[in-house]
Amino acid sequence: MIQPKHQDEKKPFPWHLIVFLTPALLIYGTFSVYPLLDTLFLSLFGTQQGQSTFVGLQNFITLVTDDNWSQAFWNALINNFKFFAIHMLIQNPIGLLLAVLLSSPKLRLSGTYRTLIFMPTMLSVVIIGFVWQLLLSPIWGISENFLYSIGLGHYFDAWLGKEGSALITLSFISVWQFVGIPMMLIYATLLNIPDDIVDAGVVDGANPLQTFWYIKLPLILPTIAMVSILTFVANFNAFELIYAVKGALAGPNFSTDLMGTFFYRTFFGFQLQQGSASMGAAVATLMFLIILVGVMLFLFFIQRRIQRFQF
Amino acid sequence: MTFLKGFLPSSPRHVSKSVTVHAILLAYTVIALFPIIIVIINAFKTRKAIFKDPLGLPDSDSFTLAGFQEVLLRSDFGLYSWNSLVVTLIAVGLVLLLGAMAAWALTEYKFRGNFIITFLFAMGIMIPIRLGTVSILSLMVELNLANTLTALVLVYIAQGLPLAVYILSEFVRTIPKELTEAARCDAVSEYKIFFCIILPLLKPAMATVAVFTMIPIWNDLWFPLILAPGEDTRTITLGVQQFVGQYVTNWNSVLSALTLAIVPVLILYTIFSRQLIRGLTSGAVK
Repeated sequence: MIQPKHQDEKKPFPWHLIVFLTPALLIYGTFSVYPLLDTLFLSLFGTQQGQSTFVGLQNFITLVTDDNWSQAFWNALINNFKFFAIHMLIQNPIGLLLAVLLSSPKLRLSGTYRTLIFMPTMLSVVIIGFVWQLLLSPIWGISENFLYSIGLGHYFDAWLGKEGSALITLSFISVWQFVGIPMMLIYATLLNIPDDIVDAGVVDGANPLQTFWYIKLPLILPTIAMVSILTFVANFNAFELIYAVKGALAGPNFSTDLMGTFFYRTFFGFQLQQGSASMGAAVATLMFLIILVGVMLFLFFIQRRIQRFQF
Repeated sequence: MTFLKGFLPSSPRHVSKSVTVHAILLAYTVIALFPIIIVIINAFKTRKAIFKDPLGLPDSDSFTLAGFQEVLLRSDFGLYSWNSLVVTLIAVGLVLLLGAMAAWALTEYKFRGNFIITFLFAMGIMIPIRLGTVSILSLMVELNLANTLTALVLVYIAQGLPLAVYILSEFVRTIPKELTEAARCDAVSEYKIFFCIILPLLKPAMATVAVFTMIPIWNDLWFPLILAPGEDTRTITLGVQQFVGQYVTNWNSVLSALTLAIVPVLILYTIFSRQLIRGLTSGAVK
């Protein structure tokens, strides 16, 4: 892969280059690049009577149209978009609000707030899933009693167990955990805005809301775009939370199934259905394409449109 | 009034505004911490007290360590923590060393293939490695590495390298050329230049990379579940997941197991939060 310039006869062969680059390239190539390419390749094969045969796009056609597969696939995909939408509509605005508040000038204890609010983000998704499962459990009744104490008790339900509310509840748990990431990234950008620009606006008579809307927001748009794409990739890759709280079957009745859990079940099998490496590879390939399209859209459209606002 | 506000910090309007800001931040801090605190305090209470008074602190009547005893008796938490520690430390150490070497090579030397390799690493920042799981598993089986910690270490190095190379490359670019050129004039070898001059300079950036690499590895469930689910190679996250799944009705044990998983991370976080937040806010990940 590395082709040093041989034309330059005076210089000795750059062994140091090989020594510096090979270990990283070897491990990254073998355990990341190769498996990914191999997965894309594998998705074009099917297994019949133990023999692996080339089937072209058949696996994908099966996933999208076959009676046994398509329902589960579309269900997982649509759920995943809902999961992402809730993150975009709730996690990122709350993160933005907290970041703006944290960056207000001369705020005391801002370091403490920052550290404490970021704390759940550090913990494993699995642990967080279990913690909320206990808190929302009707057996323990903490949430129920809390809601009664503020007069909303009759709204309580076993949210995690109901088909209509389980996915939304899990999304909220994930939002609760990861709100620290948009908060931190946006906060960092806000800190880097030079005071002169904001002061100039204030001197020109801008009120705080106008200062935020016309001066700060355009400057943090690139960060918001960055946060959005990070959220997108993380959401379409999510697995742990659903697996911890609801198991691989993503119940009730697959209502919390995401692409990650669907991939896991397809690859390893569940109940009566046997696991299939090639179908698993096909699901992984579709996830890869979805993430790739998202990243590309970000790079080509959002990033370019934002450039206008930069200095 | 708006104009004067900046000069009159003690105006009533400013005070009320700052009270609102504190109220919102405090409220959110409570929301963020309440669930974790509830779990930790109830882990030290008897079953009866857990249900009767979930919000109360443990007192002399309700205090018990029965849950912890059960967890330590019925599962090998010490081993799980040790496994997690070994995997995380080796993987992070190698990500730092190999990542720094690669970042240095890619930024310092001009050679054919430089662009494509840089691009390959950059792709890895966005494309999650777990999409290649099907092939990773069969590769590990072929290499006889299934159910070993080595498999996890190798995958985590591959997972951590792209971001490490990216952040460290950005940092290498800020090192003045004069330093290395002066060394080359004195006929210092390229290895010595890297290990004796560059590597010490990279320390602050490496601390940032270490934190970013460490957290996902420690918290990961996916690869331990698929590559190393055996009793001997379980990491702490997988161990807790299996334990809670098995003893789901034993509240004392479940709360204690969660507490055992949470507390060490919180202690480490409190120690390193300054470092982590500085890394996040220094613009290293933009």
